Amino acid sequence: MSIMLDEDAAARPPTDDRGPAAPRGSSRGSLVWRRLRRNKLAVLGAVIIALLFVAAFTYGWYWPWTYTQSDPTSFLSPPGPDHLFGTDNAGFDMYAQTMRGLQKSLIIGLLVAVLSTAMSAVVGSIAGYFRGWADWLVSAVVDLLLTLPAFLILAVLSPAFRGQTWLLFVLLIAAFNWMITARIVRGMTLTLKEQEFVRAARLMGVPSWRVITRHIFPQMSSLLIVDATVNVGGAILTETSLSYFGFGIQPPDISLGTLIADNTASALTFPWLFFIPAGFLVVTVLAVNLVGDGLRDAFDPNSTRGVRRAERRELRAERRAARAEGRAA
Amino acid sequence: MIRFLVRRLLNYVILCFLAVLFTYVLASLTFNPINLLKSHKPPPPAQVIADKIHDLHLDQPIPQRFGTWFWAVLHGNFGDTVYGNAITPDVWERAGVSFRLFLLGTIFAVVLGVLVGVSGAVRQYRFSDYFFTFGSYILIAMPVFVLGTLLKYGATQLNFLTGSDFLQFTGETTPGFTGSFGVELWDRFRHIILPTIAIGLGGAAYYSRYQRNSMLDVLGSDFLRTAAAKGLRRRRVLYRHGLRVALIPMAALFTYGFATMIVGGPFTERIFGWYGMGDWLVTGIQTEDTNLTVTVTLFVAVCVLVSGLLADLAYAALDPRIRI
Amino acid sequence: MTDAMTGAPLLTVDNLEVSFPSEAGRVRAVRGVSWRLDQGEVLGIVGESGSGKSVSSLAIMGLLPDRARVSGSIRLLGRELIGLSDKEFATIRGSRVAMVFQDPMSALTPVYPVGDQIAEALRAHDRGRSGSSARNRAVELLDLVGIPNAANAARAFPHEFSGGMRQRVVIAIAIAGDPDLIIADEPTTALDVTVQAQVLDVLATAREVTGAGIVLITHDLGVVAGFADRLMVMYAGRAVETGAVHEVYARPRMPYTLGLLGSVPRLDDDRHRPLVPIAGRPPSLVDLPGGCPFAPRCPLAIEDCRTSEPPLLTVGENRAAACIRADEVAAAQAGAEDVATLAGRIYAAETPSERVAPEVKPRAERDIVLDVRGLAKYFPITKGVFRRQVGEVRAVDGVDLDIVTGETLGLVGESGCGKTTTLLQILELATPEQGSIRLFGEDVAELDRAGRKRLRRNIQVVFQDPIASLDPRMPISDIIAEPLRLHDLPAQRVRARVTELLELVGMSPEHAVRYPSEFSGGQRQRVGIARALALEPKFVVLDEPVSALDVSVQAGVLNLLADLRERLGLSYLFVSHDLSVIRHVADRIAVMYLGRIVEIGAAEELLTAAAHPYTQALLSAVPIPDPVAERARDRIVLVGDRPDPARPPSGCRFRTRCFTYAALTEADRQRCADVVPELREQGQDHRVACHYPKVRAAI
Repeated sequence: MSIMLDEDAAARPPTDDRGPAAPRGSSRGSLVWRRLRRNKLAVLGAVIIALLFVAAFTYGWYWPWTYTQSDPTSFLSPPGPDHLFGTDNAGFDMYAQTMRGLQKSLIIGLLVAVLSTAMSAVVGSIAGYFRGWADWLVSAVVDLLLTLPAFLILAVLSPAFRGQTWLLFVLLIAAFNWMITARIVRGMTLTLKEQEFVRAARLMGVPSWRVITRHIFPQMSSLLIVDATVNVGGAILTETSLSYFGFGIQPPDISLGTLIADNTASALTFPWLFFIPAGFLVVTVLAVNLVGDGLRDAFDPNSTRGVRRAERRELRAERRAARAEGRAA
Repeated sequence: MIRFLVRRLLNYVILCFLAVLFTYVLASLTFNPINLLKSHKPPPPAQVIADKIHDLHLDQPIPQRFGTWFWAVLHGNFGDTVYGNAITPDVWERAGVSFRLFLLGTIFAVVLGVLVGVSGAVRQYRFSDYFFTFGSYILIAMPVFVLGTLLKYGATQLNFLTGSDFLQFTGETTPGFTGSFGVELWDRFRHIILPTIAIGLGGAAYYSRYQRNSMLDVLGSDFLRTAAAKGLRRRRVLYRHGLRVALIPMAALFTYGFATMIVGGPFTERIFGWYGMGDWLVTGIQTEDTNLTVTVTLFVAVCVLVSGLLADLAYAALDPRIRI
Repeated sequence: MTDAMTGAPLLTVDNLEVSFPSEAGRVRAVRGVSWRLDQGEVLGIVGESGSGKSVSSLAIMGLLPDRARVSGSIRLLGRELIGLSDKEFATIRGSRVAMVFQDPMSALTPVYPVGDQIAEALRAHDRGRSGSSARNRAVELLDLVGIPNAANAARAFPHEFSGGMRQRVVIAIAIAGDPDLIIADEPTTALDVTVQAQVLDVLATAREVTGAGIVLITHDLGVVAGFADRLMVMYAGRAVETGAVHEVYARPRMPYTLGLLGSVPRLDDDRHRPLVPIAGRPPSLVDLPGGCPFAPRCPLAIEDCRTSEPPLLTVGENRAAACIRADEVAAAQAGAEDVATLAGRIYAAETPSERVAPEVKPRAERDIVLDVRGLAKYFPITKGVFRRQVGEVRAVDGVDLDIVTGETLGLVGESGCGKTTTLLQILELATPEQGSIRLFGEDVAELDRAGRKRLRRNIQVVFQDPIASLDPRMPISDIIAEPLRLHDLPAQRVRARVTELLELVGMSPEHAVRYPSEFSGGQRQRVGIARALALEPKFVVLDEPVSALDVSVQAGVLNLLADLRERLGLSYLFVSHDLSVIRHVADRIAVMYLGRIVEIGAAEELLTAAAHPYTQALLSAVPIPDPVAERARDRIVLVGDRPDPARPPSGCRFRTRCFTYAALTEADRQRCADVVPELREQGQDHRVACHYPKVRAAI
């Protein structure tokens, strides 16, 4: 809307057409950071993720039980002072089990996110920039994936990675996770390629690979960061879903997925066995998505969230002032 | 218009074929049903294993196996399971089970998703928007097997508290239950509530996010200002002009969403004891059964094809710009 | 022109204030504006972007977003509008006040036929009206706004219309409720100049039919000059000068108005008049310093200007200006100069005599920089998965151009005429599909990699959009250095050169570490120019270099370009849709229509003795920012729209809109339909592609 434009133009700090420009403080990075910090849900998500990481990877130092240790004196005991999260039918401490599972799920989520986002960026930008066969491939694969859910393919492949290292599993999830983002990256590259600054670089004779790395990737960094964040959650969900049917992480490895799968049968009788790892799963994915959403908002130049907050603050201040005046009178 | 649809149909049929071919080859490469036989104790004699290999055509090259299987499929025969049972007789029954489950779940998801999404956009940054946004985030973060189990747990508690058995969560009907048509329908209804909610809530959460964004995009557009400048009331501006346009991108999303929902199938079916296609898929993979797995794949692909065509139709009906 | 002073005022705006919350703080978009509009009167509101002109009009319509805070008073026929509920406003919108928006491409709901959208407006205030009666009336209205074949058009969807046609539909919607007031917010800004002329005609018709008062909001001083009775100039959210159009244009009292009038290039003035750049840019409306907001940019500012903000003071009959130095401006004008000269004097713009006159050799003796012969570029139209080709767009179809050392060729044409494609073809340095391109005597088709790289140093480009043409993630030093690094200059030399270039374009070298977003449009365009000049090219292609800038900033950039050309001996290919700008910069002009050059020649010759009907129409459609001159003109208004470039008319491509063709006999017309006219000599350095050329004064 034109009023928005007008408003933006008016909100720009005053500078002389030839003279000094705006003060340095409002660089993009700091603006994004400021907006992110203001988004309470995103901050909450980030804090939760940090806590989960610390809790999962250092539990050996602060927790008396390990995930391989069974307590012969307590089987299927509900959460209590000895076992914070209770024990399972073999007397294993559920807190230790959950932390161990969380470790694996977090690592898988991170690795898959980094790998698949990198792959999306490379394939998508090549497809969009050069068109031709790469472009055809991306469209074809995305279309195929539309009819053939990645879950199904990974499940069919599961006999192949049974007994192999879980890293292979990570690679496979990543291999079937990049297409949708690649298509978005491709679309953005097509648009960016027509942008004048990219055109300017090309007409200057800048080689293609340099145009992609120096001009196109930086423009997409926000998209890629958001995407990588959201992919962490997606990968964790994929891992748990596959593990639920025994198509994913295999014993003796433990992930949140295997824990949930092993304890589904007990969900109605010994609810803590199922709902504690399930709760950790939901909270982890939720926290990751909140951060992703907060980042998207912070990167979005059209976001009005901050403005709304400022406005509400202002309204409150006005009301307070009015009340104070009232009292004075 | 007809030409457009025919072209799309052709496109989808090719994709279906590729999907089936791809899955068949993949499954044939990774599956080794003989392992299952070998793991029996005591191990069966070598001759039995050799016979089995021959029966399952495992001694033939993969392209030949696929050719034989596909030719039979074209004639309405989906082959045998690794245990030698015919697949074909069960296909329609299982498809029916899945179809009943998903039709209702999908309708529920779409309607709820659109309503929540629009309300979120129109009442942006109000309490209800925050509430639904946070709720949908939780649902998106919750895999269907957690949600399903949670619903089941909640239902047992509710039934216990009310002292009734209104909410049923195993199977489509109560076994051995017969009565008049109305009574049987009521029995079915009691069974379908929970699985529909399990499928629908996740879908609705997903749709509502997109509907909210698409509606927000439209809310900033110039034509709404023109409509308001004509003297139309806010409600009419929002719904007749705003929502009508904001629905267009949702049509395309429907196909994606449907595929996602299908993935939820195995979980929902297993949790609520519906023996449909999803349940079959899990069996197929667990027994490393190529024919069974690919048959389910074909079903999934056909479902996506039909939903894709429906989406195209909806798209063409909603957007005059693509009527060719 | 009006009997304005007799009746009660139609609209009174009193001390209107509008503010928005923003990230940086509360933006005071409109700060206490008061004005009135009489029945049937046309008020022009003029201002640069951010002056608050659009916001105040939306306040009248009650269409500001919820977060805007509005105070003051707006009375329509005595009824207070501020504080009305949405429901009450709905009864006024459309029936009493109607609005025409800037961007016709997005102003109509894409999913309903246009007839239904007009019918909806009719029924919104007349519940009793039947659907069929509303549809019939909608067809009548479409006919009224000049849409051919209205009955069928009513059933068509917005995407089937061109921008000009859509704007007609929007006007039809606006007049449907027979309003007392029509607010037109930049109604022609998004349109081509020939279409602008058509739409202004339709707006005039709308005014006659409804007898409504019109508020015309625009940044274009030419449009106001021809259309409005009274004028209000806005700056930084306030009215700074008001009065009858003739009065204000002839005797501006506020230095800002004077500067604006001096900064606009005019089609009818001496092309060597330097344009007046107003230094600086409008202040931020978040926290305004005290004093006159224009003071930092004002050449006449004194200490008193900075202490308090001047109110709008009466400076004559029905005239007001918000300036304590208005008398000085009046006194300065006593010498009976024209306004532009006065502006030049007060703003101390450089006059041409102060510049070093370049040595002028006759054109024939100078080296040829660019020589394009028979250039063509077709884009295939494909369909379906297999990319089946179903047609082609002949974006460029046989273009001949040449430029010699030290010369500026202005390439002018409306949207879709192929000017950008032509320029990209030249810049790609690739073998063209058809025809030949020779640069500095070398045929680009015969270049190898090394040759191409060598040639690139000598040909550079400045793009239209100063926001889009600079990579937002790079500091400007890197942006300017990119071409230098590409040609492997040592790092130290690069740094020195960046400093040199920034100084050359009038910017401070300390700015090198900053990012493009920290600069204004004019500054960014300077950075773009610095980058283009980095490798000391001999030839620069300028693609609409000033069309995204406000006039006061545009003047500064145009002056810089002229200055650089003289100092560095550059040749320019200057592409623009704006003939007034072209007139100010070009030695020669080429006019393009639907992929072909229709007329080319020396600037003076072409402007004074245009022989192609399209050139004449184009010249005639450009409004002149002078009410006296503008209203005395005999305007040629073309019929219809530009044809689809995928299906151009046979023979002469212009004949479907040509008035000469329309006046020909059936037998003579045959030639236009059958034979593609080639460029033929029309005089000294003047060639025309028309079978029946006739010189005609069009300015």
